[in-house]
Amino acid sequence: MKRHDGDWLEVGSIDDIPVRGARVVKSPFGCIAVFRTAADEVFAIDDKCPHKGGPLSQGIVHGQSVTCPLHNWVISLATGAAQGADSGQVRTVPVELVGGMVMLRLDAMAGHVRRPNATPAVRPAEA
Amino acid sequence: MRQRLVVVGNGMAPGRALDRLFEEAPDAYDVTIFNAEPRVNYDRIMLSPVLSGEKSFDQIIIHGDRWYVEHGVTLYKGCKVERIDRAARTVTATGDIVEPYDKLIIATGSLPIIIPVPGNNLAGVITYRDLDDVEAMLLAAKSRGNAVVIGGGLLGLEAAAGLKERGMDVTVVHLMPTLMERQLDPAAGHLLQKAVEARGIRVITKANTKAILGNKKVEAVLLDDGTTIPAELVIMAVGIRANGALAKEAGLAVNRGIVVDDTMRTSDPDIFALGECAEAHGQCYGLVAPLYDMANVVAAQLAGSAEARFTPSVTATKLKVTGIKLFSAGDFAEAKDREEIVLRDASRGLYRRVVLKDNRLIGVVMYGDTGDGPWFLDLLKRGVDVAEMRETLIFGQSYQGGIPLDPSAAVAALPDDAEICGCNGVCKGKITGAIAGLGLKSLDDVRSHTKASASCGSCTGLVEQLLKAQLGDAYNPAAVQPMCPCTDLGHDDVRRLIVAKEIKSIPELMQSLEWKTSCGCAKCRPALNYYLLASWPGEYRDDSQSRFINERAHANIQKDGTYSVVPRMFGGLTNAKELRAIADVVEKFSIPTVKVTGGQRIDMLGVRKEDLPAVWADLTAAGMVSGHAYAKGLRTVKTCVGSEWCRFGTQDSTGLGVKIEKFMWGSWTPAKVKMAVSGCPRNCAEATCKDVGVICVESGYDIHFAGAAGLDIKGTEVLGHVETEDEAVETIAALVQLYREQGRYLERIYKWAKRVGVETIRQQIMQDGERRRALRDRFVYSQQFAQIDPWAERARGKDAREFAPLSDLTRAEAAE
Repeated sequence: MKRHDGDWLEVGSIDDIPVRGARVVKSPFGCIAVFRTAADEVFAIDDKCPHKGGPLSQGIVHGQSVTCPLHNWVISLATGAAQGADSGQVRTVPVELVGGMVMLRLDAMAGHVRRPNATPAVRPAEA
Repeated sequence: MRQRLVVVGNGMAPGRALDRLFEEAPDAYDVTIFNAEPRVNYDRIMLSPVLSGEKSFDQIIIHGDRWYVEHGVTLYKGCKVERIDRAARTVTATGDIVEPYDKLIIATGSLPIIIPVPGNNLAGVITYRDLDDVEAMLLAAKSRGNAVVIGGGLLGLEAAAGLKERGMDVTVVHLMPTLMERQLDPAAGHLLQKAVEARGIRVITKANTKAILGNKKVEAVLLDDGTTIPAELVIMAVGIRANGALAKEAGLAVNRGIVVDDTMRTSDPDIFALGECAEAHGQCYGLVAPLYDMANVVAAQLAGSAEARFTPSVTATKLKVTGIKLFSAGDFAEAKDREEIVLRDASRGLYRRVVLKDNRLIGVVMYGDTGDGPWFLDLLKRGVDVAEMRETLIFGQSYQGGIPLDPSAAVAALPDDAEICGCNGVCKGKITGAIAGLGLKSLDDVRSHTKASASCGSCTGLVEQLLKAQLGDAYNPAAVQPMCPCTDLGHDDVRRLIVAKEIKSIPELMQSLEWKTSCGCAKCRPALNYYLLASWPGEYRDDSQSRFINERAHANIQKDGTYSVVPRMFGGLTNAKELRAIADVVEKFSIPTVKVTGGQRIDMLGVRKEDLPAVWADLTAAGMVSGHAYAKGLRTVKTCVGSEWCRFGTQDSTGLGVKIEKFMWGSWTPAKVKMAVSGCPRNCAEATCKDVGVICVESGYDIHFAGAAGLDIKGTEVLGHVETEDEAVETIAALVQLYREQGRYLERIYKWAKRVGVETIRQQIMQDGERRRALRDRFVYSQQFAQIDPWAERARGKDAREFAPLSDLTRAEAAE
């Protein structure tokens, strides 16, 4: 895995993702679902439905949305928000295509996920 | 002070009178209703669809409990009025309830006629008047035994059709030479008899019942000529008579019914009578339209419009048996001063006869195609001189003026005072006026505002055409439920268009059928994928991205994102080699849970997705294939041990189960299909709650279908009996193929059967050998593309990226 300028990380080629489908990127902060739409747009979001934690990467992709395989919540790939009558939010991950390669920025995500891990760092002050 | 209005009886006529009264004078009366039946007001005309299973009781309620609360009506349910004291102006009901009145409405309806023959009081002899009767019939029908319906009139035939639909063997005995002789002429009666017989109902005409035989319970019906017909249920449907007993005891004038004048008042001006119990103009009425006319008059009189008068008018009769269309109105007896025009088309099962007197229509009988019924009725009621159109009159409205019109144009051409809804006496102008004036948009809107099509529903098509004519494209008929928000087309339209337009891919379909979204949704895409696959076996390329994850990954996703794996065990059989391979796989991949399924096989739960191809490789090596436990396709064929081991077994049920499963595995269907084969009627494989079940008997195999044991519980229907294993397999394959071609995506077999009709399916599979073999052949053809084990393919590397992550940054980081 090559590192690039800043915190952008190359995770694979767009051709490795099925059209109207998704692949999983395993990261230290949990699984990220990387989607490719019918129009060859690429989106990355947390692979975890806000409802019951279903793996969104396994859902059916339509337009800029995915339907969760467990209970059919529809999640916007662009905003991570649950659609229709459901309400909930999935974290989105910044993604860019550079010459057909999919680049993710995990630092924003790291901040979120590491918050619980960050508490030990506070603990010495308490002690 | 508000006046006290007491109503005796809670049927449709008083219900309508109160509806109108509350519209016209909402605050004039405090209303109390006594109902001898323990329930609210429901649509008695719709009892037949409840009996046949097309509707539930909830769907035929006219006034729910809320209506009574909203209008401040006191309703005594299951409370019968025993006396009227006209001097004290009170009624006394069950439990000594005494209720004073200022105005009283008697609506005690009618009583079924019980023919005076020995045995007419045996248990199992019932009439057909109310929901209690229907419930008694439904209970009796569970035995699937023999039923005899005495009386071949409207009610008798509807009861017979309903009982047949519920699986009983039904015979109709009718006193007269032809059925429904009061509404139909002999020719139409004969056609009707043939149609009834084609449904498997026996009809005996000119049959006089001599006695009902049995010891406490009914056992048979004996006719005059000595014929004995076995029966566990006898329905007495020979007619009704007005129920005037209460009125008579109160000293009111009672003839055939309670005598009323034009204002619907009895001989006591404070007491009204309406409905089937009333006699107006020397006649009692049984059809709903004149009864509703009476109701309107009573309401108007109570509201203070003294000029409201009841005048009887011609009404039409229709039979509510799905698939049989007949229509009659007026007087069609032969006489010297009358002429008649007849149209017959035997091959199309069409019959029409109009009776003319002085160039005016006085009677019409139609059988087969009744679309022109309202037009003829309108000509008849208005007394139109038809001399000008005599030549083409019989062909109906579309031939007047030379140019055939489309159906909505025909309705558009009707005059404003043409009656559309016979039950509720609603004319065209009232409906179109309400659509325009109130901005109505749907059939339900029209029903609630005008009552048109709200009773028997046979004018629904006309009302829809009016909506369409008036609203144009803005009218979106609810009858066709769109597949999903991506289209206005229903499932059946899409299937039809796929074949008609030879559409062979999803993008092509969305283009051609003008899908509203760029690439569909999670509802329509799996359905379209199935329809294309089923329509073009071998040609259509399966779109795995349009399948639910279970079918894409060939395993069942679990709540934690792991999968479960179920190998096929044909007919529930396994062996040491398979069990050893399963045990080894469980240990090798640390599979946390192993469970025996309800379908006689073994489920390994908690497998990581990345491990699936390796798990399959090991199972495949031991000779196992996918069990498709995740598929809208053939799941299991459950069996008992049958004649090979069991002392009661009549046939080799295990062997037949294995044969069926080996023949049918891999086929995709609209929803999952579970089967079972039991070796004897003790039915240890529980075949009678499966999608398809076989019960082996000494003489062969009873094939069952359309059972359910999930969200709904339903026993199977009998498809038919065959003598050999090969016939059984052919029959089942044909049935499944018919379901594959007609079923809507996610519609289980029992729901499909309910929608298209069990009898229709039975005819196509059991009676039409050519059709059965053609269906079987199409099934066999599609199987050559379907019986490819998806596990073996994936164990060899197909779709590898489906099971592997795009990249693993945890390992990358660890490596750094």
